[in-house]
Amino acid sequence: MIGFRTPRQAAVLAEQASGDVVVVQRGSASLTLRRLAQDPTSIVAAGFIIALVMFAIFAPIVAQLTGHLPNQQFRTLGLSPAGIPVAPSADFVFGTDHLGRDVMVRLAYGARVSLLVGVLASLLAAAIGIIIGTIAGYFGGRTDTILSRIMDLAMSVPFLLCAISLVSVLGPSLQLSTGVIVFFTWTPIGRVIRGQVLALRQREFVEAARSLGSSHASIMLRDILPNLMVPIIIYTTLMIPAAIVFEATLSFLGMGIVPPDASWGGMLSEAAGNSIYLAAPWLVLIPGVALLLTTLAFNLLGDGLRDALDPQAARKA
Amino acid sequence: MLLRFLGSRIAFGVLVLFVLSIFVFVLFYIAPGDPARVIAGDKATEALLVQIRENLGLNRPMYEQYWIFITNLLQGDLGYSYRSQLAVTEIVASRIPVTMSLVFGAVVLWLALGVPIGIASARKPGSFRDRAGQTFAIVGISFPTFVLGMMALYVLFFLPTRAGITLFPPSGYSPIEDGIGQWAWHLLLPWATLALVSAAIYARLTRGQMLEVLGEDYIRTARAKGLTERRVVYRHALRSAMPPLVTQLGTDVGLMLGGAIVIEQVFGLPGLGRLAVTAVENQDRPVVIGIVLLGGLFVVTINIIIDTLYALMDSRIRTSA
Repeated sequence: MIGFRTPRQAAVLAEQASGDVVVVQRGSASLTLRRLAQDPTSIVAAGFIIALVMFAIFAPIVAQLTGHLPNQQFRTLGLSPAGIPVAPSADFVFGTDHLGRDVMVRLAYGARVSLLVGVLASLLAAAIGIIIGTIAGYFGGRTDTILSRIMDLAMSVPFLLCAISLVSVLGPSLQLSTGVIVFFTWTPIGRVIRGQVLALRQREFVEAARSLGSSHASIMLRDILPNLMVPIIIYTTLMIPAAIVFEATLSFLGMGIVPPDASWGGMLSEAAGNSIYLAAPWLVLIPGVALLLTTLAFNLLGDGLRDALDPQAARKA
Repeated sequence: MLLRFLGSRIAFGVLVLFVLSIFVFVLFYIAPGDPARVIAGDKATEALLVQIRENLGLNRPMYEQYWIFITNLLQGDLGYSYRSQLAVTEIVASRIPVTMSLVFGAVVLWLALGVPIGIASARKPGSFRDRAGQTFAIVGISFPTFVLGMMALYVLFFLPTRAGITLFPPSGYSPIEDGIGQWAWHLLLPWATLALVSAAIYARLTRGQMLEVLGEDYIRTARAKGLTERRVVYRHALRSAMPPLVTQLGTDVGLMLGGAIVIEQVFGLPGLGRLAVTAVENQDRPVVIGIVLLGGLFVVTINIIIDTLYALMDSRIRTSA
């Protein structure tokens, strides 16, 4: 306590000593974090996401601890004599699947796919949407017309149908799943950004930058984009759960991660095949609940971030 | 003015379909695998394969093939399935009633559920009712349809059936001609699943829109005039809150009519989505192309209808087009 003091502690102490009110200056990031930390839902959601990321990163350790590899089939230990999967037990914490594989180990490896594809695809899609939206909104005129029409076009496409035809032709893979999700999800954020930039480019600070001789690129990057960080952060966070579900859907339809590699959608698809899950309900319950909790956590965190970053909008939308 | 507006919307719709047709066509042109072999099977002789390629024009350059494809398409001919040899138009047409039954039933349910929840939330923001509504919304939005569907099948179909109680029929579809009761009974679970997930989205959307509108000056004026709260909310506010909802509805219905793929897959409904999945697995290209184009047609048509409705209601949209 004595000796080292942070500036804030010093200020508080000074205030207590003098009786004057001292205003501590806080940056917007620190304000946001403070607001977020007061929202129990956001904390739980963030905690869940961190735990999930750990679970995914340490998937090999999960495999080592159980002694079961993700694709290893336990024909005698993991299947009943009638060939029915074994229910959750001490040996297999989340039970086994139709091939006698350990569901918990597969869940951990599946989490890697969901998180990797979900986060990567959302970031890429957001980047493309931001670039196209900013260019369209900033330059306006013919550029805007063409880019807006391209966005309209991309939004009028029956995307799941196109996605499965695309995957069926090019052959399913992790990279293609990511690419397909990016391709079909960059438009909504592009539209939002375009609308915001359209309003911002009329503002005085943009004119000021232009009169100082800033280039277009510099105005877009240094004057306009920093003003859009709030919608960008909120939108990107909310794109992640959608991308995770998109990936799971592709895998569920057999158009995503190639078996025997584990993915949550693939696990659900295998559970649905031959209706094996009617005899072994945990095959749906475990990956299904994992998927639900993950999307729920990201959605709740997105909502929490919105309330924290933009308190005025907290009661809306 | 309206005609010009309509014309520009239709032209854009045609452009979308044109781009879509090129997309699927090029996609399948570059696809590995020999369609002749898909048609004739593995044991086909070389002579037969050559004959099939000749008949279908598969040995011609791509632009020529596309030209043949487009001229046939404009005459309502989508070719024949590589597997069943039936006309694609026939196969696709036989699946449309299933998907339409599924989608329209679900739409009624989810609007009846989602919009009132959204309105109730918006009328007393922050209240217990609002928090309950928002919890429903966020859980519903996060629920992947196939997870909810499989859980519903297990709890509401399998468990009761094993216990000797038949609450719901096994998966499948019963045509409306064979009795409306059977039809609805078979669709009840798929409707409910689709509706619960979508109702959540509409509850959120309705709430957001209503909150915005309820803060407007003219709502205060309406209240000041002494109108009943019911009249203010349903007559004045809801009317202005509607347009974004209708736009969203148009997009959703348009997309789903091209195949509520996941739901059809889970509940074994022989609709367009299920057809698409099987056709993709079988490399049945003409059928896939047919469904994608039909799906695009649904989206484009519904968008045109909705844009036109707006234009009729609001003259500003007409002039800005």
